[in-house]
This record gives sequence, structure tokens and C-alpha cells, in this order.
Amino acid sequence: MTIKGKAYIAGIYEHPTRHAPDKSTAQLHAEVAKGAIEDAGLSKDDVDGYFCAGDAPGGAWPMVDYLGLNTRKLRHVDSTETGGCSYIIHLGHAAEAIAAGKCSIALITLAGKPRTGAMPPRAAGAEADFESAYGATTHNAYGMCAMRHMHDYGTTSEQLAWIKVAASHHAQYNPHAMLKDVVTVEDVLNSPMISDPLHRMDCCVVSDGGGALIVTTPEIAKSLKRPLVKLIGHGEAMKGPRGGKDLDLTYSAGIWSGPRAFEEAGITPQDIKYASIYDSFTITVLMQLEDLGFCKKGEGGKFVADGNLISGVGKLPFNTDGGGLCSNHPVNRGGMTKIIEAVRQLRGEAHPKVQVKNCDLAIAHGTGGLLGVRHAASTAILERV
Amino acid sequence: MVDAKKYPAPVTNPETAAFWDAAKEGKFMIKRCTACGEAHYFPRSICPFCYSDKTVWEQASGEGTIYTWSLMRKSPTGPYAIGYVTLKEGPSVQTNFVDCDLETLKIGQKVKVVFKPTDGAPLPFFTPA
Repeated sequence: MTIKGKAYIAGIYEHPTRHAPDKSTAQLHAEVAKGAIEDAGLSKDDVDGYFCAGDAPGGAWPMVDYLGLNTRKLRHVDSTETGGCSYIIHLGHAAEAIAAGKCSIALITLAGKPRTGAMPPRAAGAEADFESAYGATTHNAYGMCAMRHMHDYGTTSEQLAWIKVAASHHAQYNPHAMLKDVVTVEDVLNSPMISDPLHRMDCCVVSDGGGALIVTTPEIAKSLKRPLVKLIGHGEAMKGPRGGKDLDLTYSAGIWSGPRAFEEAGITPQDIKYASIYDSFTITVLMQLEDLGFCKKGEGGKFVADGNLISGVGKLPFNTDGGGLCSNHPVNRGGMTKIIEAVRQLRGEAHPKVQVKNCDLAIAHGTGGLLGVRHAASTAILERV
Repeated sequence: MVDAKKYPAPVTNPETAAFWDAAKEGKFMIKRCTACGEAHYFPRSICPFCYSDKTVWEQASGEGTIYTWSLMRKSPTGPYAIGYVTLKEGPSVQTNFVDCDLETLKIGQKVKVVFKPTDGAPLPFFTPA
């Protein structure tokens, strides 16, 4: 069985806010839910599947109640929690449920306010006593990956900087982006070192906000008035130190989720016109491009350099909304906005300055957790019909 | 005089208590599976490689090399260096590097275990050998 072509993304909504001290987290979930449902041209009472992750206050059942979803109709829920890529995993799970007839209109929401206040800590895993005292954070966990990638493959800070430069070229056209100034490689290298070898400009922003999706059947999607975007391939995977054997921090679980998605879609990375790649840090993008097969392992630095990721300039336009590096990173979770910008590109609704011509195939890929410790990855391949 | 950094005491549990008891005597323990012969860290009762329950405690040499590291410069408790050490016995372990110039750490550098006190069992760290 395959999910290829069995589910369409009919509604998208990205919250315009980047700082929301005057709103509740549940309220932001409701605002993005309303936005995506209206974008699809549906009503909340049509929703019969609901998907959320660890950012939803109280989990699925309090959210279903708070959102006022139609509980006579709602017949499928999924609260898979895999950090920032949860929503890409939800997209695949929604397609599976739709293909199996378990629901027909699925709502996926993400929202939260890490810029307003600290997020609650995650529950401890079995490793806690052996790791928590050492202070692994996003910055230093990704720093450890970058340090080893540089050691093994000769990757440079200049090459990583090109990823931020490309994101900033795109963000200048996004009125909602937190950082709209175009930056240079020198600007990135001259920004303060945060956790070696990552500079401040190698790091994404911290923002409040959220986003939502409506995923539905081909029949319902075709009855609506929005451009048609279908899911043709999906993959998910996890990776960790696994007892410390053969530790290799130069690749991510994308090395497994990517090929699974491409195989299901029946296409290759060379067919992709636009790529949404999770950019929690510049190194995240570089490693994932390698893992997904856009270039060989170790050649990511060369691949991203000289503007190759800038729309209209390079071969692989990426994160044309400015991504997490410049636009937003709602709830410290980038998976949702990666899907949303890919759908915009396929609909032809991206900003005209960054819209990819004849964009018919796009990828949305993300990771969750800490790349340098343990993490999940998910890949979605989308096609304009 | 700068106060020594305060580290949290391990919570411990029945599966890992022997590790922390040994740590109190300055011993750094790993687990080895007698079925497949593989060593692993952090310690589990079931071998993560072959799923045998025939795992035994083994005192490690405490010696290894730096696999990777990152110096966290922006921290409310002051700079610290996190990293992984690949032990002589094979497994790589997450740790902090201490009692040295954090600016001069290098991948491949030889290091050895050193314990730091907490309110409970001491925690293992690594320092240049």
C-alpha cells in the first residue's frame, strides 16, 4: 500500500505574529486552525481528524474540546510528538488515515510562545542521569555536528554562512520576517561565536506563532476552489547514539526518511524544483541536503556556496519565506512552516520575487530533537496537480 | 576564588544503581554483553545490539579520545565544553571537558575520566590525559 496521491493539502495558514504576549497558546492554535479551515473553504464542523504534538496545551483531547471540533464527526486523532518535524510526520499519518478511510478532512495545528516565555521542559528519557548534567542545548548539539563535519569533510564556516545569506535574500521580501536585512558571508563570520563553530547568524530566530494544515481526500480537494497540491511520498526515521557504537554525527535520520519518500514518490532529488529544509541552524540544512541526496555526503559545503540556494540565482531554491534563519521558528519547531512555504510555491502563491517558475515538485523536510544527540526526521514530497 | 560549578545529583534507578555505587569509589563502569561481546553506554540491562539480557558490569579504563566538542560561550552559568569521548573500550559517551583551557580542545585528543561531586553520587567528566 502507498499513500501516493491519496491525500491533498487543501488548506494552509501561517500565523503572521512573531511575538504574542497578549494571546494564549490555545488561542493561537484556534487562530491557525480557523485560518487553515477558511483557506480550504471548509467549516470547522467538517473536520473529522485532528493532529497535534507536544505544543498543544494538554494534548489532543483538551484541544479538540477547546477548538470546538465536531465530536460527533471526529473519528481520528494522532498526537505523535517528534519535536520540530512532528507536523511533517502528521502529514504522512493523515494521508495514511485518509487512505485507510479513517478520516477525510484532517486538521493539523502548531502554536506557542517561546519568545514570550520559556517552554516547559520535556519529560526525562532513560538517558537523563547520564546526559542532563552536561548541558546539551540546541546550539551546542548542532555545534558538535558542525565541528565533526568540518573535521571529516573540510566544511568551512564560509560555506555554512552561504545558507544564512540565501535565507536573508528571501526574507527581504517577506513582510512578516523577523530579520529582513540581506546579510553577507562576512556578516555571518563577524557575528559573535555562540557555540563553536556556530556563530549567532548560523542560528535561527526564536519566535511566537504557529501554523495549520488541512489534509483531505482527492475528491474533496477537487470540490474546493484552491489549487491542487498532493502528497506523493513520505518518510520518517529516528537516530540516536545507540549505546555509543560507531558514533557518527555527520549524518541525520534524513538519510533514511529521504530515500523512503523519494522511492514512494517515484522521483529523484534532481526532479525537485523547490526545497523547504529545516534550518534550525545552517549546519542542519547542509547535512540534510547531503542526507536527502541533493549532493554527495561531504560535498554539502560546496553545494550551498555561491548562492546556489537563492531563488532565481542558484540551482536549488530553498526556504523562500526566509525560513527559521530569518522569518520565524514558531515554538522552536520548524516543520509546519516548511510544509506551508512548499505549498505556497506549488500553488504559485509565494512572493513574486522568490516564486519558482513552473514549480511542480517540492520537498518539505525537517528534523526534531537534537541532531547531535537523538532526533527524528521526516520528509514529504508534494506535487502540483 | 570562583565557586565550583554545582552539578545535579543523579536520580538513579534499579537498572543503573551499580554504576553510581562504583562512581562513589572512583570507578567508571560500562556494560558489556556476554552474548554478543559488545560494550555499550549508557548502561542498560538488555543489550541494545542483540537483545540478550546477559549484560555484565565492567570497569572501563576511563581513557579515550575526543570525537567532537563544542564550546558553549553564551550560558548564564559560564562557558562550558560539551562533547563525545570514544572510550578505549569502544562506546562513545556524552560528557563535558573540565579542568583545562577549553579553547584548545581538539578532535582526536586523548582524555581521561575525572569525577566531580554532587549532592549524591559523583558525575563522570573528562580532562586532557
